[in-house]
Amino acid sequence: MGKKAINPIKNGTVIDHIPAGKAKNVWEMLNLPSSEEKMFLGKNLRSKKLGKKDMLMFENLELSLKQLNVIALIASSATISIIKNGEITSKDQVTLPELVEKVITCPNPKCITNEEGVVTKFDVEENGDVEVRCCYCEKKYSINNVEIKM
Amino acid sequence: MKNLISMRDLTKEEILYLMEVAVKIENGEIMPDMQRKLAALLFFEPSTRTMFSFDTAMKRMNGDTIIMSGTGNTSTKKGETFADTLQTIAQYTDLIIMRSPTEGSARFAAEVVDIPVVNAGDGANQHPTQALLDLYSIIKTQGTLENLKIGMAGDLKFGRTVHSLTQAMALFGAEFKFFSPGFLSMPQNIKDFLDDKGIIFKECDENMDKIDDLDILYVTRIQKERFASPEDYEKVKGSYILTRDMLNKVKNNMKVMHPLPRVDEIHIDVDDTKYAYYFPQAKNGVYMRQAIISTLLGGV
Repeated sequence: MGKKAINPIKNGTVIDHIPAGKAKNVWEMLNLPSSEEKMFLGKNLRSKKLGKKDMLMFENLELSLKQLNVIALIASSATISIIKNGEITSKDQVTLPELVEKVITCPNPKCITNEEGVVTKFDVEENGDVEVRCCYCEKKYSINNVEIKM
Repeated sequence: MKNLISMRDLTKEEILYLMEVAVKIENGEIMPDMQRKLAALLFFEPSTRTMFSFDTAMKRMNGDTIIMSGTGNTSTKKGETFADTLQTIAQYTDLIIMRSPTEGSARFAAEVVDIPVVNAGDGANQHPTQALLDLYSIIKTQGTLENLKIGMAGDLKFGRTVHSLTQAMALFGAEFKFFSPGFLSMPQNIKDFLDDKGIIFKECDENMDKIDDLDILYVTRIQKERFASPEDYEKVKGSYILTRDMLNKVKNNMKVMHPLPRVDEIHIDVDDTKYAYYFPQAKNGVYMRQAIISTLLGGV
Protein backbone atom coordinates (compact mmCIF):
# COMPACT_ATOMS: atom_id res chain seq x y z
CA MET A 1 0.00 0.00 0.00
CA GLY A 2 1.08 3.60 0.28
CA LYS A 3 0.48 4.16 -3.43
CA LYS A 4 -0.16 7.82 -4.29
CA ALA A 5 -3.85 8.38 -4.81
CA ILE A 6 -4.95 10.31 -7.85
CA ASN A 7 -8.16 11.16 -6.09
CA PRO A 8 -9.36 14.64 -5.30
CA ILE A 9 -9.98 13.59 -1.71
CA LYS A 10 -7.37 13.46 1.06
CA ASN A 11 -9.12 11.16 3.49
CA GLY A 12 -12.11 8.98 2.82
CA THR A 13 -13.48 6.12 0.74
CA VAL A 14 -13.48 5.50 -2.99
CA ILE A 15 -15.86 3.03 -4.55
CA ASP A 16 -14.42 2.29 -7.96
CA HIS A 17 -15.23 -0.09 -10.81
CA ILE A 18 -18.97 0.30 -10.44
CA PRO A 19 -20.64 -0.88 -13.67
CA ALA A 20 -21.52 2.15 -15.81
CA GLY A 21 -24.91 3.55 -14.94
CA LYS A 22 -25.04 1.97 -11.48
CA ALA A 23 -23.39 4.68 -9.35
CA LYS A 24 -26.71 6.34 -8.59
CA ASN A 25 -28.17 3.00 -7.45
CA VAL A 26 -25.15 2.37 -5.21
CA TRP A 27 -25.41 5.91 -3.83
CA GLU A 28 -29.12 5.46 -3.06
CA MET A 29 -28.46 2.06 -1.53
CA LEU A 30 -25.86 3.48 0.86
CA ASN A 31 -28.52 5.80 2.26
CA LEU A 32 -25.88 8.04 3.83
CA PRO A 33 -26.85 10.86 6.17
CA SER A 34 -26.66 14.32 4.63
CA SER A 35 -23.21 15.81 5.01
CA GLU A 36 -21.27 18.99 4.24
CA GLU A 37 -18.26 16.91 3.14
CA LYS A 38 -17.11 16.62 -0.48
CA MET A 39 -18.60 13.82 -2.53
CA PHE A 40 -17.86 12.98 -6.17
CA LEU A 41 -19.81 10.87 -8.59
CA GLY A 42 -18.07 9.92 -11.83
CA LYS A 43 -20.08 8.48 -14.69
CA ASN A 44 -19.03 6.59 -17.80
CA LEU A 45 -15.32 6.83 -17.04
CA ARG A 46 -12.86 4.83 -19.10
CA SER A 47 -11.93 1.47 -17.61
CA LYS A 48 -9.53 -1.23 -18.80
CA LYS A 49 -11.47 -3.84 -16.90
CA LEU A 50 -15.04 -2.81 -17.68
CA GLY A 51 -14.80 -0.60 -20.75
CA LYS A 52 -16.88 2.02 -18.98
CA LYS A 53 -17.30 2.45 -15.27
CA ASP A 54 -18.79 4.68 -12.60
CA MET A 55 -17.04 5.83 -9.42
CA LEU A 56 -18.03 7.34 -6.07
CA MET A 57 -15.73 9.23 -3.69
CA PHE A 58 -16.50 10.39 -0.19
CA GLU A 59 -14.32 12.80 1.77
CA ASN A 60 -13.87 12.05 5.49
CA LEU A 61 -16.07 9.03 5.41
CA GLU A 62 -14.65 5.62 6.12
CA LEU A 63 -16.91 2.67 5.43
CA SER A 64 -15.85 -0.85 6.33
CA LEU A 65 -15.50 -3.53 3.69
CA LYS A 66 -18.08 -5.62 5.57
CA GLN A 67 -20.59 -2.78 5.30
CA LEU A 68 -19.76 -2.24 1.69
CA ASN A 69 -19.94 -5.89 0.65
CA VAL A 70 -23.67 -5.29 0.31
CA ILE A 71 -22.77 -3.24 -2.76
CA ALA A 72 -21.78 -6.52 -4.45
CA LEU A 73 -25.49 -7.29 -4.71
CA ILE A 74 -25.76 -4.76 -7.54
CA ALA A 75 -22.11 -4.06 -8.41
CA SER A 76 -20.01 -7.19 -7.96
CA SER A 77 -17.00 -5.65 -9.75
CA ALA A 78 -16.75 -2.71 -7.31
CA THR A 79 -13.51 -2.06 -5.44
CA ILE A 80 -13.21 -0.16 -2.17
CA SER A 81 -10.18 2.01 -1.48
CA ILE A 82 -9.54 3.73 1.80
CA ILE A 83 -7.59 6.97 1.42
CA LYS A 84 -5.55 8.42 4.26
CA ASN A 85 -3.44 11.56 3.88
CA GLY A 86 -3.80 11.32 0.13
CA GLU A 87 -2.57 7.73 -0.04
CA ILE A 88 -4.44 4.50 -0.66
CA THR A 89 -4.06 2.44 2.51
CA SER A 90 -6.24 -0.47 1.44
CA LYS A 91 -7.92 -1.62 -1.72
CA ASP A 92 -10.31 -4.58 -1.82
CA GLN A 93 -12.89 -5.98 -4.16
CA VAL A 94 -16.35 -6.40 -2.66
CA THR A 95 -17.51 -10.00 -2.21
CA LEU A 96 -21.08 -11.16 -2.36
CA PRO A 97 -22.33 -11.82 1.18
CA GLU A 98 -24.19 -15.08 1.86
CA LEU A 99 -26.71 -13.33 4.07
CA VAL A 100 -27.85 -9.72 4.14
CA GLU A 101 -29.69 -8.26 7.08
CA LYS A 102 -31.78 -5.10 7.39
CA VAL A 103 -31.08 -3.66 3.94
CA ILE A 104 -33.66 -5.34 1.70
CA THR A 105 -37.39 -4.80 2.03
CA CYS A 106 -39.38 -7.96 1.31
CA PRO A 107 -41.78 -7.26 -1.57
CA ASN A 108 -44.25 -9.85 -0.25
CA PRO A 109 -46.99 -7.90 1.56
CA LYS A 110 -47.97 -11.02 3.50
CA CYS A 111 -44.47 -11.51 4.90
CA ILE A 112 -44.04 -11.12 8.68
CA THR A 113 -41.32 -8.54 8.06
CA ASN A 114 -43.94 -6.20 6.63
CA GLU A 115 -46.42 -6.74 9.43
CA GLU A 116 -44.48 -6.88 12.68
CA GLY A 117 -41.48 -4.71 11.96
CA VAL A 118 -39.22 -7.76 12.01
CA VAL A 119 -35.70 -7.06 10.72
CA THR A 120 -35.35 -8.58 7.26
CA LYS A 121 -32.86 -11.33 6.42
CA PHE A 122 -32.16 -12.60 2.93
CA ASP A 123 -30.04 -15.48 1.73
CA VAL A 124 -28.06 -14.54 -1.36
CA GLU A 125 -27.69 -16.92 -4.29
CA GLU A 126 -25.82 -16.41 -7.52
CA ASN A 127 -26.83 -18.38 -10.58
CA GLY A 128 -25.67 -16.01 -13.29
CA ASP A 129 -27.93 -13.34 -11.81
CA VAL A 130 -28.00 -12.45 -8.14
CA GLU A 131 -31.15 -13.69 -6.41
CA VAL A 132 -32.21 -13.24 -2.81
CA ARG A 133 -34.53 -15.39 -0.74
CA CYS A 134 -36.40 -14.02 2.27
CA CYS A 135 -35.46 -16.12 5.31
CA TYR A 136 -39.00 -15.70 6.66
CA CYS A 137 -41.54 -16.07 3.84
CA GLU A 138 -39.02 -17.99 1.66
CA LYS A 139 -39.97 -16.07 -1.50
CA LYS A 140 -37.13 -15.65 -3.97
CA TYR A 141 -36.52 -12.46 -5.96
CA SER A 142 -34.12 -11.18 -8.57
CA ILE A 143 -31.98 -8.47 -7.03
CA ASN A 144 -33.40 -6.08 -9.63
CA ASN A 145 -36.88 -6.49 -8.17
CA VAL A 146 -36.18 -5.53 -4.57
CA GLU A 147 -35.57 -2.25 -2.77
CA ILE A 148 -32.17 -2.10 -1.07
CA LYS A 149 -31.26 0.58 1.47
CA MET A 150 -28.50 0.43 4.05
CA MET B 1 -34.09 -30.95 15.04
CA LYS B 2 -35.08 -28.09 17.35
CA ASN B 3 -38.08 -26.77 15.44
CA LEU B 4 -40.11 -27.79 12.40
CA ILE B 5 -40.62 -24.71 10.28
CA SER B 6 -40.07 -25.61 6.63
CA MET B 7 -39.41 -28.67 4.49
CA ARG B 8 -36.44 -26.73 3.16
CA ASP B 9 -34.70 -27.20 6.51
CA LEU B 10 -34.96 -31.00 6.55
CA THR B 11 -32.39 -33.40 5.19
CA LYS B 12 -33.36 -36.67 3.57
CA GLU B 13 -32.02 -38.46 6.66
CA GLU B 14 -34.19 -36.40 9.02
CA ILE B 15 -37.26 -37.11 6.89
CA LEU B 16 -36.55 -40.84 6.91
CA TYR B 17 -35.94 -40.75 10.67
CA LEU B 18 -39.39 -39.21 11.24
CA MET B 19 -40.93 -41.92 9.00
CA GLU B 20 -39.23 -44.55 11.11
CA VAL B 21 -40.53 -43.06 14.37
CA ALA B 22 -44.06 -42.77 12.94
CA VAL B 23 -44.14 -46.39 11.81
CA LYS B 24 -42.92 -47.57 15.23
CA ILE B 25 -45.63 -45.52 16.94
CA GLU B 26 -48.28 -46.89 14.58
CA ASN B 27 -47.14 -50.47 15.12
CA GLY B 28 -47.04 -50.02 18.89
CA GLU B 29 -43.30 -50.68 19.05
CA ILE B 30 -42.79 -47.43 20.91
CA MET B 31 -45.18 -45.22 22.83
CA PRO B 32 -43.61 -41.86 23.59
CA ASP B 33 -44.79 -40.48 26.91
CA MET B 34 -45.72 -36.81 26.91
CA GLN B 35 -47.21 -36.84 30.41
CA ARG B 36 -46.75 -33.44 32.07
CA LYS B 37 -46.01 -31.90 28.68
CA LEU B 38 -48.21 -29.08 27.47
CA ALA B 39 -48.47 -27.86 23.88
CA ALA B 40 -49.94 -24.49 22.91
CA LEU B 41 -52.02 -24.74 19.74
CA LEU B 42 -52.06 -21.20 18.40
CA PHE B 43 -54.34 -21.10 15.40
CA PHE B 44 -54.61 -17.52 14.17
CA GLU B 45 -56.42 -18.81 11.09
CA PRO B 46 -59.38 -21.21 10.95
CA SER B 47 -58.56 -24.91 10.94
CA THR B 48 -60.38 -27.94 12.13
CA ARG B 49 -58.59 -31.06 10.99
CA THR B 50 -55.00 -29.88 11.42
CA MET B 51 -55.78 -28.55 14.89
CA PHE B 52 -57.68 -31.70 15.90
CA SER B 53 -54.93 -33.87 14.46
CA PHE B 54 -52.29 -32.16 16.64
CA ASP B 55 -54.60 -32.20 19.65
CA THR B 56 -55.23 -35.92 19.14
CA ALA B 57 -51.52 -36.64 18.66
CA MET B 58 -50.62 -34.89 21.91
CA LYS B 59 -53.41 -36.53 23.91
CA ARG B 60 -52.70 -40.02 22.56
CA MET B 61 -49.26 -39.65 24.18
CA ASN B 62 -50.77 -38.55 27.53
CA GLY B 63 -49.80 -34.95 26.86
CA ASP B 64 -52.11 -31.97 27.12
CA THR B 65 -52.89 -28.88 25.07
CA ILE B 66 -54.11 -25.33 25.47
CA ILE B 67 -55.83 -23.90 22.43
CA MET B 68 -56.07 -20.40 21.08
CA SER B 69 -58.19 -20.16 17.97
CA GLY B 70 -58.71 -16.95 15.99
CA THR B 71 -57.40 -13.59 17.17
CA GLY B 72 -60.44 -12.44 19.15
CA ASN B 73 -59.23 -13.73 22.49
CA THR B 74 -55.62 -12.63 22.23
CA SER B 75 -53.88 -9.58 23.53
CA THR B 76 -52.92 -8.52 20.01
CA LYS B 77 -56.16 -6.57 19.86
CA LYS B 78 -55.03 -4.70 22.96
CA GLY B 79 -51.90 -3.67 21.11
CA GLU B 80 -49.52 -6.35 22.38
CA THR B 81 -46.84 -7.31 19.89
CA PHE B 82 -46.80 -10.78 18.40
CA ALA B 83 -43.37 -11.34 19.93
CA ASP B 84 -44.68 -10.55 23.43
CA THR B 85 -47.69 -12.85 22.98
CA LEU B 86 -45.37 -15.68 21.97
CA GLN B 87 -42.90 -15.11 24.76
CA THR B 88 -45.67 -15.10 27.35
CA ILE B 89 -47.19 -18.34 26.05
CA ALA B 90 -43.75 -19.92 26.00
CA GLN B 91 -43.54 -19.39 29.78
CA TYR B 92 -46.55 -21.68 30.27
CA THR B 93 -45.92 -24.43 27.76
CA ASP B 94 -43.35 -26.88 26.37
CA LEU B 95 -44.14 -26.56 22.67
CA ILE B 96 -45.81 -24.06 20.35
CA ILE B 97 -47.76 -25.35 17.35
CA MET B 98 -48.82 -22.45 15.23
CA ARG B 99 -50.91 -21.58 12.17
CA SER B 100 -51.04 -18.05 10.84
CA PRO B 101 -51.97 -16.32 7.58
CA THR B 102 -48.72 -14.33 7.90
CA GLU B 103 -45.89 -15.90 5.92
CA GLY B 104 -42.70 -16.46 7.90
CA SER B 105 -44.49 -16.12 11.25
CA ALA B 106 -43.42 -19.58 12.46
CA ARG B 107 -39.77 -18.84 11.61
CA PHE B 108 -40.04 -15.59 13.55
CA ALA B 109 -41.68 -17.39 16.49
CA ALA B 110 -38.82 -19.90 16.60
CA GLU B 111 -36.36 -17.00 16.87
CA VAL B 112 -38.29 -15.33 19.67
CA VAL B 113 -39.03 -18.23 22.03
CA ASP B 114 -36.72 -20.83 23.53
CA ILE B 115 -39.13 -23.76 23.30
CA PRO B 116 -39.66 -25.76 20.07
CA VAL B 117 -42.04 -24.37 17.43
CA VAL B 118 -43.96 -26.38 14.84
CA ASN B 119 -45.31 -24.62 11.77
CA ALA B 120 -48.87 -25.78 11.18
CA GLY B 121 -49.18 -23.58 8.09
CA ASP B 122 -48.01 -20.01 7.43
CA GLY B 123 -50.10 -18.41 4.70
CA ALA B 124 -49.25 -19.69 1.24
CA ASN B 125 -45.72 -20.57 2.34
CA GLN B 126 -45.20 -23.88 4.15
CA HIS B 127 -47.19 -26.65 5.80
CA PRO B 128 -44.41 -29.12 6.63
CA THR B 129 -46.41 -31.50 8.83
CA GLN B 130 -48.87 -32.03 5.96
CA ALA B 131 -45.96 -32.76 3.62
CA LEU B 132 -44.50 -35.23 6.12
CA LEU B 133 -47.78 -37.06 6.64
CA ASP B 134 -48.15 -37.21 2.86
CA LEU B 135 -44.68 -38.73 2.59
CA TYR B 136 -45.57 -41.18 5.32
CA SER B 137 -48.72 -42.15 3.41
CA ILE B 138 -46.67 -42.61 0.25
CA ILE B 139 -44.03 -44.79 1.88
CA LYS B 140 -46.72 -46.88 3.59
CA THR B 141 -48.60 -47.55 0.36
CA GLN B 142 -45.64 -47.83 -2.03
CA GLY B 143 -43.01 -49.33 0.26
CA THR B 144 -40.53 -46.66 -0.83
CA LEU B 145 -40.19 -42.97 -1.54
CA GLU B 146 -37.63 -43.49 -4.30
CA ASN B 147 -38.28 -42.97 -8.02
CA LEU B 148 -42.07 -42.77 -7.93
CA LYS B 149 -44.38 -41.21 -10.51
CA ILE B 150 -46.52 -38.59 -8.84
CA GLY B 151 -49.47 -36.77 -10.38
CA MET B 152 -50.68 -33.55 -8.81
CA ALA B 153 -54.02 -32.05 -9.73
CA GLY B 154 -55.95 -28.91 -8.92
CA ASP B 155 -54.82 -25.56 -7.60
CA LEU B 156 -51.09 -25.96 -7.93
CA LYS B 157 -50.45 -22.23 -7.82
CA PHE B 158 -51.70 -21.33 -4.36
CA GLY B 159 -51.66 -24.75 -2.68
CA ARG B 160 -48.81 -24.74 -0.16
CA THR B 161 -49.32 -28.49 0.35
CA VAL B 162 -48.36 -29.36 -3.21
CA HIS B 163 -45.35 -27.05 -3.09
CA SER B 164 -43.93 -28.61 0.07
CA LEU B 165 -44.65 -32.14 -1.14
CA THR B 166 -43.10 -31.53 -4.56
CA GLN B 167 -39.91 -30.19 -2.97
CA ALA B 168 -39.76 -33.12 -0.56
CA MET B 169 -40.40 -35.80 -3.21
CA ALA B 170 -37.74 -34.24 -5.43
CA LEU B 171 -35.19 -35.36 -2.82
CA PHE B 172 -36.19 -38.92 -3.66
CA GLY B 173 -35.98 -38.67 -7.44
CA ALA B 174 -39.70 -38.54 -8.20
CA GLU B 175 -41.12 -37.80 -11.64
CA PHE B 176 -44.13 -35.48 -11.80
CA LYS B 177 -47.21 -34.76 -13.88
CA PHE B 178 -49.06 -31.57 -13.06
CA PHE B 179 -52.75 -31.30 -13.95
CA SER B 180 -54.21 -27.82 -13.63
CA PRO B 181 -55.91 -25.04 -15.57
CA GLY B 182 -53.19 -22.73 -16.95
CA PHE B 183 -53.76 -19.89 -14.52
CA LEU B 184 -53.46 -22.25 -11.53
CA SER B 185 -50.34 -24.02 -12.73
CA MET B 186 -47.27 -24.80 -10.63
CA PRO B 187 -45.35 -21.58 -9.84
CA GLN B 188 -42.18 -20.87 -11.79
CA ASN B 189 -39.97 -21.00 -8.67
CA ILE B 190 -41.02 -24.61 -8.01
CA LYS B 191 -40.44 -25.54 -11.67
CA ASP B 192 -37.02 -23.85 -11.52
CA PHE B 193 -36.27 -25.84 -8.37
CA LEU B 194 -37.15 -29.08 -10.20
CA ASP B 195 -35.07 -28.08 -13.22
CA ASP B 196 -32.10 -27.34 -10.94
CA LYS B 197 -32.40 -30.80 -9.40
CA GLY B 198 -32.75 -32.45 -12.82
CA ILE B 199 -36.24 -33.73 -11.96
CA ILE B 200 -38.54 -34.64 -14.84
CA PHE B 201 -41.98 -33.05 -14.86
CA LYS B 202 -44.73 -32.61 -17.38
CA GLU B 203 -47.48 -30.01 -17.33
CA CYS B 204 -50.88 -31.24 -18.54
CA ASP B 205 -54.24 -29.48 -18.70
CA GLU B 206 -56.76 -30.06 -15.95
CA ASN B 207 -58.25 -33.21 -17.51
CA MET B 208 -56.91 -36.11 -15.50
CA ASP B 209 -56.79 -38.46 -18.50
CA LYS B 210 -53.10 -39.36 -18.37
CA ILE B 211 -52.94 -41.06 -15.02
CA ASP B 212 -52.37 -44.69 -16.00
CA ASP B 213 -48.63 -44.70 -15.27
CA LEU B 214 -48.84 -42.97 -11.90
CA ASP B 215 -48.07 -44.41 -8.47
CA ILE B 216 -49.77 -41.54 -6.64
CA LEU B 217 -52.45 -39.10 -7.78
CA TYR B 218 -52.57 -36.19 -5.35
CA VAL B 219 -55.75 -34.18 -5.83
CA THR B 220 -56.38 -30.77 -4.29
CA ARG B 221 -59.40 -28.53 -4.11
CA ILE B 222 -59.94 -25.68 -6.56
CA GLN B 223 -61.32 -22.63 -4.84
CA LYS B 224 -64.12 -20.80 -6.59
CA GLU B 225 -62.76 -17.38 -5.57
CA ARG B 226 -59.62 -17.94 -7.66
CA PHE B 227 -61.64 -17.69 -10.89
CA ALA B 228 -62.41 -14.50 -12.80
CA SER B 229 -66.07 -15.42 -13.22
CA PRO B 230 -68.49 -18.10 -11.94
CA GLU B 231 -68.80 -19.35 -15.56
CA ASP B 232 -65.04 -19.99 -15.76
CA TYR B 233 -65.23 -21.92 -12.53
CA GLU B 234 -68.12 -24.09 -13.70
CA LYS B 235 -66.29 -24.83 -16.96
CA VAL B 236 -63.15 -26.05 -15.22
CA LYS B 237 -64.99 -27.78 -12.41
CA GLY B 238 -66.78 -30.07 -14.86
CA SER B 239 -63.56 -31.37 -16.35
CA TYR B 240 -61.89 -31.69 -13.00
CA ILE B 241 -63.71 -34.46 -11.21
CA LEU B 242 -62.04 -37.80 -10.64
CA THR B 243 -64.58 -40.56 -11.14
CA ARG B 244 -64.46 -44.31 -10.66
CA ASP B 245 -64.38 -45.11 -14.41
CA MET B 246 -61.24 -42.97 -14.85
CA LEU B 247 -59.43 -45.52 -12.68
CA ASN B 248 -60.03 -48.50 -15.01
CA LYS B 249 -56.50 -48.65 -16.37
CA VAL B 250 -54.44 -47.30 -13.50
CA LYS B 251 -51.62 -49.25 -11.89
CA ASN B 252 -52.56 -51.75 -9.23
CA ASN B 253 -50.53 -49.95 -6.58
CA MET B 254 -51.85 -46.49 -7.44
CA LYS B 255 -53.35 -44.47 -4.58
CA VAL B 256 -55.48 -41.34 -4.73
CA MET B 257 -54.55 -38.86 -2.02
CA HIS B 258 -56.14 -35.56 -0.98
CA PRO B 259 -55.26 -33.20 1.91
CA LEU B 260 -59.01 -32.71 2.59
CA PRO B 261 -61.47 -31.07 2.81
CA ARG B 262 -62.82 -32.42 -0.47
CA VAL B 263 -65.54 -30.52 -2.30
CA ASP B 264 -66.42 -32.43 -5.45
CA GLU B 265 -63.09 -32.98 -7.21
CA ILE B 266 -63.15 -36.67 -6.21
CA HIS B 267 -66.54 -38.25 -6.84
CA ILE B 268 -67.81 -40.26 -3.88
CA ASP B 269 -67.96 -43.34 -6.13
CA VAL B 270 -64.14 -43.46 -5.84
CA ASP B 271 -64.34 -43.83 -2.06
CA ASP B 272 -64.92 -47.58 -1.99
CA THR B 273 -62.27 -48.43 -4.57
CA LYS B 274 -58.91 -49.82 -3.45
CA TYR B 275 -57.30 -46.68 -4.83
CA ALA B 276 -58.93 -44.23 -2.40
CA TYR B 277 -56.52 -43.38 0.38
CA TYR B 278 -57.55 -39.90 1.61
CA PHE B 279 -59.14 -40.98 4.90
CA PRO B 280 -56.28 -43.31 5.97
CA GLN B 281 -54.02 -40.43 4.93
CA ALA B 282 -55.72 -38.22 7.55
CA LYS B 283 -55.18 -40.93 10.17
CA ASN B 284 -51.51 -41.13 9.21
CA GLY B 285 -51.34 -37.46 10.13
CA VAL B 286 -51.81 -38.31 13.80
CA TYR B 287 -48.93 -40.84 13.78
CA MET B 288 -46.66 -38.43 11.97
CA ARG B 289 -47.52 -35.57 14.33
CA GLN B 290 -46.86 -37.86 17.29
CA ALA B 291 -43.45 -38.60 15.75
CA ILE B 292 -42.72 -34.89 15.25
CA ILE B 293 -43.83 -33.82 18.73
CA SER B 294 -41.99 -36.61 20.51
CA THR B 295 -38.82 -35.99 18.48
CA LEU B 296 -38.89 -32.29 19.38
CA LEU B 297 -39.70 -32.88 23.06
CA GLY B 298 -37.25 -35.72 23.48
CA GLY B 299 -39.72 -38.46 24.26
CA VAL B 300 -38.54 -41.03 21.70
